[in-house]
Amino acid sequence: MAHQSAPRSEQRGHGVTTSALGLRLPRRLTARRGGRLAVRVVLYAIVAGIFVVPLWSMFATAFSADAPKLGEVMLWPRGLSTGNMRTAWNLGLGQGLLNSLIIVAFGLLLQISVSAFAAYALARKRFRGASFVLLAILATMMMPEEVIGIPLYLVVGRMHMLDTYPGLILPIVGWALPIYVLTGFMKQIPLELEEAARVDGAGDFRIFRSVIIPLSWPALGTCAVFGFLMIWDQYLLPLLIVHSPKMTTLTLVVTGLQASQEQGEGVRLAAAVVLMVPSILIYLGLQRLFERGLLSGSLKG
Amino acid sequence: MAALRTSSAPVTLPAKRDRSGPHPGTVRAHRYRWVIPWLFLAPALAFFAVFKFWPSIWGVYLSLFHVQPYLGDEWVGFANFSKAFSDPDLRAAVGHTVLDAAVAVAGSMFVGFLLALLLEAPARHVRILRTAVFLPAVTAMVAVAELWHALLFPGRYGAVNSLLGDFGVGPLPFLSSPNSSLATIMLVQIWKHAPYDMVIFIAGLVGIDRQLYESASIDGANAWQRLRAVTLPSLRPVTTIVLILGLIRGLRVFTEIYVLTNGGPGGSTESIVTTVYKTTVTNNDAGYASAISSLLLVATIILTSATLWWRHRRENA
Repeated sequence: MAHQSAPRSEQRGHGVTTSALGLRLPRRLTARRGGRLAVRVVLYAIVAGIFVVPLWSMFATAFSADAPKLGEVMLWPRGLSTGNMRTAWNLGLGQGLLNSLIIVAFGLLLQISVSAFAAYALARKRFRGASFVLLAILATMMMPEEVIGIPLYLVVGRMHMLDTYPGLILPIVGWALPIYVLTGFMKQIPLELEEAARVDGAGDFRIFRSVIIPLSWPALGTCAVFGFLMIWDQYLLPLLIVHSPKMTTLTLVVTGLQASQEQGEGVRLAAAVVLMVPSILIYLGLQRLFERGLLSGSLKG
Repeated sequence: MAALRTSSAPVTLPAKRDRSGPHPGTVRAHRYRWVIPWLFLAPALAFFAVFKFWPSIWGVYLSLFHVQPYLGDEWVGFANFSKAFSDPDLRAAVGHTVLDAAVAVAGSMFVGFLLALLLEAPARHVRILRTAVFLPAVTAMVAVAELWHALLFPGRYGAVNSLLGDFGVGPLPFLSSPNSSLATIMLVQIWKHAPYDMVIFIAGLVGIDRQLYESASIDGANAWQRLRAVTLPSLRPVTTIVLILGLIRGLRVFTEIYVLTNGGPGGSTESIVTTVYKTTVTNNDAGYASAISSLLLVATIILTSATLWWRHRRENA
């Protein structure tokens, strides 16, 4: 009895490995499995309908030549046109996009450099006060822009940076997440590499620049993606700090168009599309970067 | 660029080898070694000090004043705090925020868990669907709010309403009625955050030892029993992380509410942070706004510390 059941359970066990509950696509279609497959396909369709179709309808409506009726959002554009996009562009979308790109470029560069320096000290050095620094960084996670927004706005005002690029960039440079990610990654880099460089007379900055940073690219990429999304999503901060149309950001333009009721749904969604597309492109890039990072990490052991 | 590439090659820096020699400057180098980590930490700590800690502390300080631009601040002691504790509008806003945080977090986790179970399989078409389903999580909240504002048009011709109409439901008022506005916002939040939770759950599911399922199957456990006995307990540490992130995220809700309803209709969706914003911008009372912010900060710190402490104790028990 035990003799017989062993290979069968082996087989079942093998089936289970593909998915948590052992629900998996069948190799051979029997009536029961066919039913299960049908249920799966229906569930997939529902999921796609809920999570993907709304995003698609945004594109369809934004690029439709025919204006949508009141309250309508299209599943398929009625003729293609960039008219909505051009209208939105003339209403400040271009300026907003430019400003948002400037803010994200400088903000991300500063955020990642500052985080990489801090992570090097935390990951590769043992020093008095390290646990205090870690506690301070943890504390900043509890102080997001929304919670400290008003005094932060007053601080930025005191530094005479209201309605300027530095006022929009500098507050988002310090962020705990990339420091954590990079510290975790840098801890895994073998000490031998660093010692070899040290024997060769390299100082800390040289080791940081020539040994640690080149090996940390996957983690830096991950931080870049998260940082991009974080900066790109900023809303309350620009809302408080920006006063003139010249400094407007993309999120402000999108909500500003909503307030101007004379513009149709197509124009408003066109602006939202411009806000959405860079994040999506970055995310699709992240996926590959993630896999590459994982792969190189496992090869280096 | 070329220099960068050569320097990233395996580490041999022969030029410097001779100069360091048998360490002539070692004593001095050792003496100042403790400075080096702080030099590397200095930029980050400076940014944190100026843009995180200073505002946090200054916010507490300001909450003791009646802040008046151009007229000078007037010391009022704890008046802003006693006002905060007796303000019925703020109490309503706290109620909305807590309810919203709890429901949206629980809902996102539930939907995210279902999505994870459904989309965990490594097959190619499932992976493509999974990628697509994750898109709401990376889309800026402003764009999400704008999209759903359009889709949830309250009349019969609104996109969602006309779909519901095909099933004989509605038309529903969604954001335009005080009875359904907060629930609608919760649904939008769940739509955006559930895919994020899904990814966390999938990472957790992948980490579960497959032999546990195998032995559960051998013992005759069905899918539901395997879920309860193996999957859910294994996911508990992950669940805690999702819960912390979600609750912190929930308490500071601002963007979606500001864009979708601006706190309306009739204050039915006013949250803590929208109240703070309006107190500052509309009522010009930065002192009172700072008091509310400080209370929110304290609540966030207590909540996070408690969760971390609880988790720490669990892990060590």
